[in-house]
Amino acid sequence: MIQTPVPPGHLFDQVLDPASRANPYPLYARLRQTPVSVQADGSYVVSTYREISQLLHDPRISSDERKSAHPAGALATTETPPFIFTDPPEHTLLRRLVMHQFTPQRIASLQADIEQAVNSLLDAQQHQQQFDLVQDFAYPLPVMVICRLLGVPREDEPRFRGWSAALVRTLDPQESLSEAEVQQARQSSAQMQAYMQDLSETRRAHPQQDLISGLVAGDDPDGRLSEPDLLVTMRLLLIAGHETTVNLITNSMLALLRHPEVFDRLRRNPALVIPTVEEVLRYDPPVQFRTRTTLTEVPIAGVTIPKGARVTLVLASGSRDPARFVEPERFWPERDDNEHFGFGGGDHYCVGAPLARREAVPALKALTRRLVAPRLVSDPPPYRRNAALRGPEHVQIAFDQLSG
Amino acid sequence: MMSSPPSWVNGTSPGRVVIVGASLAGLRAAETLRAEGFAGQLTLIGDEPYEPYDRPPLPKAVQAGWISEEHTTLPRRRDIAAEWLLGATAVALDLPNRHVQLADGCRVPFDRLLIATGTRSRPWPDQEQAALDGVFTIRTRDDAARLHARLAAGPKRVLIIGGGFTGSEVASVCRELGLAVTLTERSATPLAGALGQAAGAFAAALQRRNGVDLRCNTTVLALEGDAHKRLRRARLSDGDELDVDVAVVALGTLRNTEWLQGAGLAADTRGVVCDAACRAFDADGVVTEDIFVAGDVARWPHSLYDGELLVVEHWSNAVTQAETAAHNILATAATRRAHKHLPSFWSNQFGVNIKAIGVPTFADTIILTQRSTEERRLVAAYGRGGRIVAALAANAPRTLPAYQALIEARAPFPPELHASDGPAELHPVPAGFPHRGQATHDPGAAPTGAGPNTPEPPVDEEALKLLDPRVPLGAPPLVTLHTNETSRGQQSLLHEEPTGAMRL
Repeated sequence: MIQTPVPPGHLFDQVLDPASRANPYPLYARLRQTPVSVQADGSYVVSTYREISQLLHDPRISSDERKSAHPAGALATTETPPFIFTDPPEHTLLRRLVMHQFTPQRIASLQADIEQAVNSLLDAQQHQQQFDLVQDFAYPLPVMVICRLLGVPREDEPRFRGWSAALVRTLDPQESLSEAEVQQARQSSAQMQAYMQDLSETRRAHPQQDLISGLVAGDDPDGRLSEPDLLVTMRLLLIAGHETTVNLITNSMLALLRHPEVFDRLRRNPALVIPTVEEVLRYDPPVQFRTRTTLTEVPIAGVTIPKGARVTLVLASGSRDPARFVEPERFWPERDDNEHFGFGGGDHYCVGAPLARREAVPALKALTRRLVAPRLVSDPPPYRRNAALRGPEHVQIAFDQLSG
Repeated sequence: MMSSPPSWVNGTSPGRVVIVGASLAGLRAAETLRAEGFAGQLTLIGDEPYEPYDRPPLPKAVQAGWISEEHTTLPRRRDIAAEWLLGATAVALDLPNRHVQLADGCRVPFDRLLIATGTRSRPWPDQEQAALDGVFTIRTRDDAARLHARLAAGPKRVLIIGGGFTGSEVASVCRELGLAVTLTERSATPLAGALGQAAGAFAAALQRRNGVDLRCNTTVLALEGDAHKRLRRARLSDGDELDVDVAVVALGTLRNTEWLQGAGLAADTRGVVCDAACRAFDADGVVTEDIFVAGDVARWPHSLYDGELLVVEHWSNAVTQAETAAHNILATAATRRAHKHLPSFWSNQFGVNIKAIGVPTFADTIILTQRSTEERRLVAAYGRGGRIVAALAANAPRTLPAYQALIEARAPFPPELHASDGPAELHPVPAGFPHRGQATHDPGAAPTGAGPNTPEPPVDEEALKLLDPRVPLGAPPLVTLHTNETSRGQQSLLHEEPTGAMRL
C-alpha cells in the first residue's frame, strides 16, 4: 500500500498521520517485522502478539504516566489520575470499588432499555432510505446506555459530548496534538470535573439506583473512593461509555458491509452475532493502541527498553499477528481461536467489556435484521482524527427499506 | 520443509517407525511424523486397551463428575494412518536385531524407534493392603472411573496418601464434593517436593482453609480391611487410627524402563538418557542414530540447567519433546533441532490456579515478587547461584512469560522488577526442598545428575528406608536449609502463619 520505504523509526508517525486512519493495518504489518521498535522520539512500539501479551502482564511495566519520563496528555496526568492510569496497590483498590458497582445485575437490568433504544433509533429512520450509522445510531445508543447506567441526565449530553471528545484526543501521543487541542482538553477537564462535582452532590443528597449513587454512597466494605478519585472515576466512566462502543458498532457494520458473504451467513444464522462481535474486536477494534511506561530496563525481543520509556502496545496489530492467528487478515467470525486484544489484557482488562457486548450484540442483531439491502454510500468513510480510539466520523448507509 | 530426508523416509524403502507408548507423547509424535511427510509404516504400541487419552482431567474433572473418563480421548490433529497395537505390552528391546518384543511373544521390527513409555503410579508397598477394596491409585482411565464411582457413592472419609499435585488435586475435588478428607504427607508441607517448603506452606494453608485434615510429617503405617477385604481403617504415624473407606495412593510415579533392562541403552529407574535432539544414548554413552526418547520417561539435557539431565512429567513437555523427536526421526544432520522447551505446568486446586515455569527443584532460594499470600494471588521467583531459574504464580498465570524471558536470559536473582505490586522489601528465603525421597510425592520436574551414563548414586541406608513411604522421617533436619539467608522466622512465603496447627 505505502510505497515509499520508511525506516522503522518513523513508521509509527505514519500510523498517527490522519491519512492512515482509514486503514492502518498495512502499516501494522510492517511494524511487526520488528516486534519491538524504537521510534525517533525515543518511544518504543510493540506490535506482535507474544510481546504485547508479555508486556500487558509484565511486572516491570506501569500504567501510571506520572512514572514516565514522557508523560502523555491531560486525561492521564491530572493530579489524581483515573484508575486506568494507576498501578497496584492503588489500582487494585480503585478498580475493585468500581467493579463492585459494575455488577452483572446492574448491567443485565439495562437489557430492556438497550433493546428499546435500538429499535426506537431505527424506527426513526422509518421513512428514510439513507442514514448516518454513526450519528443516528452508533453514537446515541451507548450514550443513552451510559447515562442510564451512571445516572447522568441525558439532557446534559450536548455539554459533555464536547468535553469527552477533547479529552479522548489526549490518548494519542502529545506530539500529535495541536496547542489548541491541548488547551481545549485542559478546559474540558476542569469543566467536566465541576459538572461531576455537582452531580455527585446531588446524588449524595438524593441517592438513586444508579452506579454513581452507589459510588457516592461509599458503603463498600473494601473502602471508599476519596472525593478526587470519585470525580475522576465518574468522568472516566462517562468518557469510556462515549468513545468506544460507538466504534465497535460502527466497525461491525463496516466489516459486514464489506464482506457480504459473512453478512449473508449472519442473516441466515443470527447466533453468529456473538462471534461476529468478537471478530470485530480482533479485526478492527475501537482501541488500537495503549501506552505504558517501563519501571526498569526491560530486555525483550532483542531490544532493551530503558527505564521510564514510553511503550506503545499496538493491540490492533497484535490481534492481526500471523504468528498467533490463522489467516489474521480475514474477517472470519467462525474462527475457533480468537483470543484478541480488543479489550486489552492483564490487570487493566476493560471493565466495560460485558456492557459493550450487551450493547453491540442487540445493535448488530437489529441492524442486520431490519435494514433491507444496506450498502455503503462511500468507502472508506471519513474518520475522526484520533489514532488510539479510532473510528469513523460518519458512515452513510443506503437501504431499500426498514423492516418491522 | 526438509532439505533432504534420509533415503528410507521416502522413495523405494519408506521404512518403519515404531512408537512404544500410546499416550500423549506417542500420539503427538505420530501426528508430527505424518505432518512432516513420513510415508512409511507407523506402529504404535500401548499397554492400555484405549486410544490415547488425556490424563490431567483424571484426578479433577473426572472425579468431580464434569466429564466421564470416556471423554478424555485426545483430539486428533490429523489422520496418522498407523497400525495400533493396543493392550500390548513391550517387554524387551532387541537392538542388534532391531525389534521390540511384546508380552504375547510377537516381535515388532523397526527402522527407527521412539520410546515414550512414560510412568506409572508408585504402588502402595504392601500388596495385600493395596489390594483391599477401597484402595486406589490414579494414573489410568480405568483407575479414574473406579475412583469416581466410589467418590460419587459418598464415602465417609477419604484418605489421600501423598501431598503432590495429584494428591492435592484429588483432595480439592473431594472437598468440592463435600467429602471429609485426610491427607498425609511425609515431608513438611504438601507440594514440598515440587515447589519447596516455603511455597508448600501456602499450599498447606489453602488445604486447611478448605477443610482438609492435613497431616504433614506424617505417614500411613498400615491400611486395614475387614473380613470382606474392604478398607476400614488406616493407622497413621502420629498415633491416630482413622476410619476410612477410600484411600487414594498418590505417591508419585515410577518410570517404565524395566522392559529396557539389558537392552544396551543408558536406561535405569531414573529414565532413558537422550541428547537434546531426543536421541537415546547407549550404555557406553554413545548416542544412537535411530532410537529416540520423549515425554515423562526421558532424561535430557537443558542448556539452562548446567548439564544436569532433567526428567519432566509435564503435559507441555510431552507434547513439545514428542514433536522434536518426530522431527528428528526424519531429519538429517542439517535439519536436526534441539528440544529447548522450558518446563512448565499448571494445577488447579481449591480454586487457585498454580502455574510454574522453569525447574523449581533446581533452586535453593525463593522470593515473593508480586502480590501476597493474603490476596491468594502471588508470583514468586526461584534462584540459585545468583540467577533466576524458575517462577511460580498463583492465580496469576499470565505474568509468567515475563519471568520466562528472565529465566532464559539467565537474569540475576533476585530479579530487578520494581513491580508496583511487589512487596515493599524483598526477602529471599530458603526454598526448602526436602532431600530426595523424603516427600511422599514427586517433584514433577527435577535435575537427576549428569549424563549420559553416570551410574545411579549408591543409596545409603537412611535413603533406602525412605523408599518405603510408610517410614516416617527421623529427627530433623527435615529440609535442606540455606545457610547465608535470613532469620529462621522467615521460612515461608506466608506473611502470617495461618491459625491452626501449622506443623512446621
